Amino acid sequence: MSSRIAVAVTVNGQAISAFVEPRTSLADFLRNDLGLTGTHLGCEMGVCGACLVLLDGKAVHACLMYAVQADGQTVQTVEGLSESRAIADIQQVFHERNALQCGFCTSGMLVTAHEFLSKCQDPSRAEIRDALSGNYCRCTGYEAIVDAIAETARGRADRAGIPSQAEQAAKSDAEETPS
Amino acid sequence: MKARAFEYVRASSLQDAFEAFARVSGDCCYLAGGQSLVPSLSLRLQAPAMLIDISRIDELRGITLADDMLRIGALTRHAEMLTSPEIARHAPLLQLAAPHVAHPAIRNRGTIGGAIALADPAAEFPAVTLALDAEFEIAGPEGLRRVRAEGFFKGLYETALEPGEILTAIRIPPFRAGDRAVFDELARRRGDYAIVGAGIQGRVAGDRIESLRIAFLSVGPAPIRARHAEAAVAGHALSPAVIAGAQAALERDLDPAEDPQTSPAMRLHLARVLLGRLLGRLGEHPACKGAHA
Repeated sequence: MSSRIAVAVTVNGQAISAFVEPRTSLADFLRNDLGLTGTHLGCEMGVCGACLVLLDGKAVHACLMYAVQADGQTVQTVEGLSESRAIADIQQVFHERNALQCGFCTSGMLVTAHEFLSKCQDPSRAEIRDALSGNYCRCTGYEAIVDAIAETARGRADRAGIPSQAEQAAKSDAEETPS
Repeated sequence: MKARAFEYVRASSLQDAFEAFARVSGDCCYLAGGQSLVPSLSLRLQAPAMLIDISRIDELRGITLADDMLRIGALTRHAEMLTSPEIARHAPLLQLAAPHVAHPAIRNRGTIGGAIALADPAAEFPAVTLALDAEFEIAGPEGLRRVRAEGFFKGLYETALEPGEILTAIRIPPFRAGDRAVFDELARRRGDYAIVGAGIQGRVAGDRIESLRIAFLSVGPAPIRARHAEAAVAGHALSPAVIAGAQAALERDLDPAEDPQTSPAMRLHLARVLLGRLLGRLGEHPACKGAHA
């Protein structure tokens, strides 16, 4: 057994100090030591995307790093994003659109959707699919998930009063067509 | 699966890392982004006694233009290839290749130095560095040396790195007016390993391609320069006949191995299809338009 190492990390806004074995993945640390079981472990090799968390604001696989590597950094899990209501609208639309069945992949999907929508306000379906390429869902066939993310983006744009690319194109077509 | 137990050391300098390496007599791995190393430890393909975390060494960071070379620190993450204005301006081929590297969350952690040092034959950046005529800065206990991409990739996961050495930066001749870069790959699904991929950087003079470097990935144990195809194009305008000649010449450049999903003949065919598309795109450069008129 290798010696434990001190780690100081902020998880969902809370400062955590702990001693961890170097081989403990961030995912195992979150789940087993902190009881944050919303971070799911599917493949444990960075393929399925169920374990995604935000590390200093960026989506990363919690199975592809050791807890010791997160020392001094900030982690947000799906629980933190949920409690802060940062993803409340995404969750609501996932529910309405049936964008989950068993729900195992959902935490990862939400983290991906959250990061993606923060960078891309008016995505095409192809862009959404590309963003989701690292998240496996074995139930839905993805269509409803793409729908939900597209609808969330539209909802956010509507609330902010920003027209979508399609609407802007339609508007400029109408202006160019002599009446 | 879980990794076998190991000791963990966070190096604050290169010297620190070399000392840790010597302490365990090399029974260790350097850890940067970890996006290939961590799964390999989880699968117990490797089980070193120690991980030396080099991800917080400042000397390995930053993108700078100096001495007419673009220097990309080894810890530069794949995601930064997509967002850095310096990369967009001085090494657009890296930016074109980056969206093909794994998935967004992997790109948020993976580092270019790690990708080059690992030398996965299906990885995009090693091939791109060949097309860019890049050179690598390598630090060891004895000091710094430089190795050109051309002589760096030796074979399957085999590079010119000696045990204990750390790749510290990638140096690239900056993109100039008249240069043109194209990249693409064929994969079954987005983010999957490519069946075949290629990057080309060419220099256009008048309506001709004055010179070009074509590098393929996923068609052999290491990234490969397609010199015969290059020779078929260099000095010519990109006519359909010239492109067909380059495609034919690929046979002498590539010798893909059999694998369970793709026969050598199919892989060579796909490499030709890809080369045709890429040269076509290279020809769309405004300076080449005359060739088609």
